[in-house]
Amino acid sequence: MMIATLALAPFVLIPFAARMGKDSRWAAILAIFPAILTLCFCITMGEVLEAGPITVNLPWAPSLGLMLSFYADGLSLLFAILIAGIGSLVVLFASQDLKGDPRSGQFQATLFAFMGSMLGVVLADNLFALFVFWELTGFTSFLLIGYYNNRAEARASAIQAFIVTGTGGMALLAAAALLEIGAGSHSFSELLSGNADIRSASAYPWIALLVLLAAFTKSAQTPFHFWLPNAMTAPTPVSAYLHSATMVKAGLYLVARSTAILGGTDLWTGTIVTAGTVTMAVGAWRALAETDLKKVLAFTTVSALGLIMMLLGFGTDTAVTAALVFLVAHACYKGALFLIAGTLEHEAGSRDIRELGGLRHAMPLTALGGLLAALSMAGLPFFTGFIGKELAYDALLGQAPPGPALLPLTVGASMLLGAAALVAGVAPFIGRMGKAAPTRPVPLALSLPPIVLAVAGAAVGVYPSLLDGPVSLMAANVTGKTVPVHLALWHGFTPVLLLSVLTLAGAASLYAFREAIRRRIWPRTFGFERLYTGGLGALDKVSAWSVPAMQDGSLRSYVLILILAATSLIAGVIAWAGLPPMPPMTEIRPAEAAVAIMIIAGAISAARARATMTAVLSLGVTGYGVALTFLFFGAPDLAMTQFSVETLTVIIFTLVFYHFRRFRSHSNRMTRLRDLSVSILFGGSLATVLFFVGAAHTPFGLGSYFAGNSAALAHGRNIVNVILVDFRALDTLGEITVLATAALGVRALLRMSKRDEKKP
Amino acid sequence: MELILAITSGALYAAGFYLMLRRRLAQLIVGLGLLSNGTNLLIFTAGSLTRAKAPIIPEGQTAMTGPFADPVPQALVLTAIVIGFGVLAFALVLAHRVHAMTGSDDIDEMSKVSG
Repeated sequence: MMIATLALAPFVLIPFAARMGKDSRWAAILAIFPAILTLCFCITMGEVLEAGPITVNLPWAPSLGLMLSFYADGLSLLFAILIAGIGSLVVLFASQDLKGDPRSGQFQATLFAFMGSMLGVVLADNLFALFVFWELTGFTSFLLIGYYNNRAEARASAIQAFIVTGTGGMALLAAAALLEIGAGSHSFSELLSGNADIRSASAYPWIALLVLLAAFTKSAQTPFHFWLPNAMTAPTPVSAYLHSATMVKAGLYLVARSTAILGGTDLWTGTIVTAGTVTMAVGAWRALAETDLKKVLAFTTVSALGLIMMLLGFGTDTAVTAALVFLVAHACYKGALFLIAGTLEHEAGSRDIRELGGLRHAMPLTALGGLLAALSMAGLPFFTGFIGKELAYDALLGQAPPGPALLPLTVGASMLLGAAALVAGVAPFIGRMGKAAPTRPVPLALSLPPIVLAVAGAAVGVYPSLLDGPVSLMAANVTGKTVPVHLALWHGFTPVLLLSVLTLAGAASLYAFREAIRRRIWPRTFGFERLYTGGLGALDKVSAWSVPAMQDGSLRSYVLILILAATSLIAGVIAWAGLPPMPPMTEIRPAEAAVAIMIIAGAISAARARATMTAVLSLGVTGYGVALTFLFFGAPDLAMTQFSVETLTVIIFTLVFYHFRRFRSHSNRMTRLRDLSVSILFGGSLATVLFFVGAAHTPFGLGSYFAGNSAALAHGRNIVNVILVDFRALDTLGEITVLATAALGVRALLRMSKRDEKKP
Repeated sequence: MELILAITSGALYAAGFYLMLRRRLAQLIVGLGLLSNGTNLLIFTAGSLTRAKAPIIPEGQTAMTGPFADPVPQALVLTAIVIGFGVLAFALVLAHRVHAMTGSDDIDEMSKVSG
């Protein structure tokens, strides 16, 4: 129960956040709630370390076998701690960053809604519940990216992120359904403990690829990565929280969670490693080409996500351990760097790296935070980033091919990332003063969160063995078997150490030549976004062409399209399934046949008529014929109703059409021929279907119930009437309402006509 | 007999739709009337024909004895007749009004007037 309460707590806090978020002092107090949550998750982590995972089942839609179940093991708790912990710092930061914004209450409320959704994603045991929370994170992300909704750019980015990640969400839903069909379960705890091997199921490739599509779109893997840099239009707390520390890691969580269920195949490993490697390279390359601090950080985030994805793809003990440590390190230093970028923009008024410099005296705490975070990101010893990088190199060296072959690329990307880290975390604070300058000391609410994150990242780096237990547990949760983990600062003189030194040297020299690189880097973009814009553009073009073609506002085209579609549907089904054998027919009696021929003659005459009155009278003939048919086949009530209605119809028609002139033919011969043949085709196919349906003589369904009960229950002998006024009385009431509405309409129209006549 | 009624219903539909494809307002409404009659006949025929008794329980009995016509399609058709009439009456008055305002009963000319 505890876990369910913790996971859903942020949703309960939404109204408070909306109220308290309006005032910056109260908003700062809001940060206490996620801090308490973090503590609770840490305590739960302790319990799970000793007693194993926790499962909670709440009935959701029991009739469908759906439970709102939560599952807490090391892996989900690691994410939960990151979400709540960084959430607390971000709420504190936002209280100051959005001070004076009239919508800050709304902003804080959305932030809490996101926090709840994200906790739901990592704690849900049920794949369908996971899908709901997954989509909620996409939705809250949409709201937050488009927070400055008066800017067209922000709106476009919000829609883009929503479409790209939403497509992945749909894939996740499809995967959940396939998994339910294939493995008979949609619960992680059951799938993880189950013996059924999904990997050999025929639907496995689909399930795996759909899950990966969801993960790749959410975690901004190439070719879907473009939405993440564009999402930088969001307020900085959002970029720090959603788009570097948590939401973009939901895809990593999904892959990690599914590894023990779906992983280990060539398809799985190959797809993930390819996507991850390309993403790592593309992100690192693009980062140095940008001048906007947030864009630099966004591309390094893309790159880091790619690296972690690649490691998870290998799925071996060392690779998974490296991925998890790197993930924690990245959440800390990247969150801090984003918040620092936000501080610079808020206090110094710019986030252009060409305008920032020499700010170490004006904002010393922020500068210290930037230094610590950048050094962790660059992978200097005594920082978590160093341990993560060493583990990653070590894991790649120990992999089967193509692991070691990817090492040069990884080292190269790490050099670029290290240079970008110095650009983002150190360059604004050293050297000569740039154009941008702060006007006051940085408020504590802005300087504290980044330094807390940066110090947390550094502390683990000094005592890495702190993490041995939890990381071992999490790695075991990913791979499904025990993983011994011994994190250490010093491994001796190994090839890995050499690579680390090489990386640092490379990063430093790239940083020294950063100006030249930024100006000359080529290619500057890789054009993946064109897939998106091109696709949307094509969609627009198809609509622009098809909508006017199908909906030209003329009733005749609609009728024509309708009949043709219905005819081809019927003809298609007949052609596909064939006709059933000729059924036995009720015997033909001459009088009845004569009436039928009269109706047909009436219909033809109505269609051919030139004079209005001829058409009206022909319509009357068909109506009376239908009434007679009712009489022949045991429906006197219908006959009586039809007779009276038909008489009324003819009278009203005559009154109204009295003024109308003779029909003149408006259409040429060809059009009439076309209409006639289409109509006859439709009438013919309808007659075919009707013949087989009618002659099949399906036995009574409800009929015998009504016949047996109308006298007993409703005290009526005329069963049709009893059905109308008693058994189905509510339907009849609806019908009366329709008639009354029509009568009112008729009355209103007639009054309007009268008024017009009175006017001169 | 089903074959004949099926063809009859089909003919009503064909004529009805042919008239709805004309440009005359009056023809459109006559077509609507034909369609309504065709539909009533269609539901009736689909609900299996029988020359047996009407579904009315005789005096002094509490249930039907022997074969009888299915009351369910009949109830449906009864509703359809009445609704069809309501729609037709409204369409007629609307046509009358439009004719009075535009002085034309050519649908294409009307859209030119309003557009």
